[in-house]
Amino acid sequence: MIDIIINSASAILMGAGSVFILIGALGLVRLPDFYTRMHAAGVTDTLGAELLLLGMMLQAGLSLVTLKLVLIALFIFFTSPTSTHAVANAARVMGLRLVSIPEDDLTSKEKN
Amino acid sequence: MFNIIGLGISLTCFWLSMSGHYTTFVLSLGAASVLFVVYLTRRMDFFDQDTFQFSIKCKHFGYWIWLGKEIFNANIAVAKVILSPKLKISPRMIEFKSSQKTELGLVIFANSITLTPGTVSVDIEDDKVIVHALNAELAEGVLNGEMDKKVTALEGL
Amino acid sequence: MLIAATVALLIAMALTLFRAVAGPSLFDRVLSANSFGTKIVLLIGLLGFLTERPEFLDIALLYALVNFVGTIAILKFFRYRNLGLSSDEIANREDN
Repeated sequence: MIDIIINSASAILMGAGSVFILIGALGLVRLPDFYTRMHAAGVTDTLGAELLLLGMMLQAGLSLVTLKLVLIALFIFFTSPTSTHAVANAARVMGLRLVSIPEDDLTSKEKN
Repeated sequence: MFNIIGLGISLTCFWLSMSGHYTTFVLSLGAASVLFVVYLTRRMDFFDQDTFQFSIKCKHFGYWIWLGKEIFNANIAVAKVILSPKLKISPRMIEFKSSQKTELGLVIFANSITLTPGTVSVDIEDDKVIVHALNAELAEGVLNGEMDKKVTALEGL
Repeated sequence: MLIAATVALLIAMALTLFRAVAGPSLFDRVLSANSFGTKIVLLIGLLGFLTERPEFLDIALLYALVNFVGTIAILKFFRYRNLGLSSDEIANREDN
């Protein structure tokens, strides 16, 4: 009985994770410029990956495998904002143009 | 010296939990790699720099649960934007004056902003965080200052 | 469900690869490469479950580490044209 509950819970988590990963990848293709695509990649990195890994953890039960999955999940959780910030900051410093931002938000340097 | 022994012990525990094979040969390889890593960290003068102390308290778990909820809501919002046929985006670039006093607090705040989809901290100038948001609604999530208050509350250890 | 997740992941990887090839700016490509790396980590984990060889997870863990360091290294190279700069030298350049 417990087996069935755990298995279906893991299937639901993995299904939801896959859906979010697909949405993130779709956003990466559909959105118009770099700065907005960044947000789509965030969907994949946070909820998509974590839900999929959580589903795999339920499938593995309590063992070394779960420990490794927890480590992977933590590592992705901590590094994905850092690398997103690094890419975004590099794009801003090198002056990549921003698309469709209201005029008031831009500093004088970026308007040129 | 205490740091080196501590590093060696934690590396050994990490190796033992990752390996899963406990024959004499594999164990000796593990011991060799632990010693090598300790030697390398010594060579890099890692121990001369300031080490920073951290402790995990109950309020951190509270913050993580709140952050998880925020991340979930923001994910749904961004997913709706991506799936909407006409792409209802109106990107904003906003500046937010944060109230954290320590560098660590500012790092936690900026990383929390980036971790919530739809808002990415693009730059930090002194105590101003510059945030790119996918639309005005998601930008409001930073501008209302709730996250800022919660991170500042975490600081006072 | 494992197979369905693998198929979804492969489709997502194809879309990401499209952005990496088409992406007009360098940053689009770096972003896609980073996102692709995350998906590869997940795919290796799933493959480990599908083939019932949990050793695959060690590779996934390692790939997650390399992916992060790789992204930072690419960005550092394109910003400073030099991978060996120390933090003091970078601070010097920022001041100039």
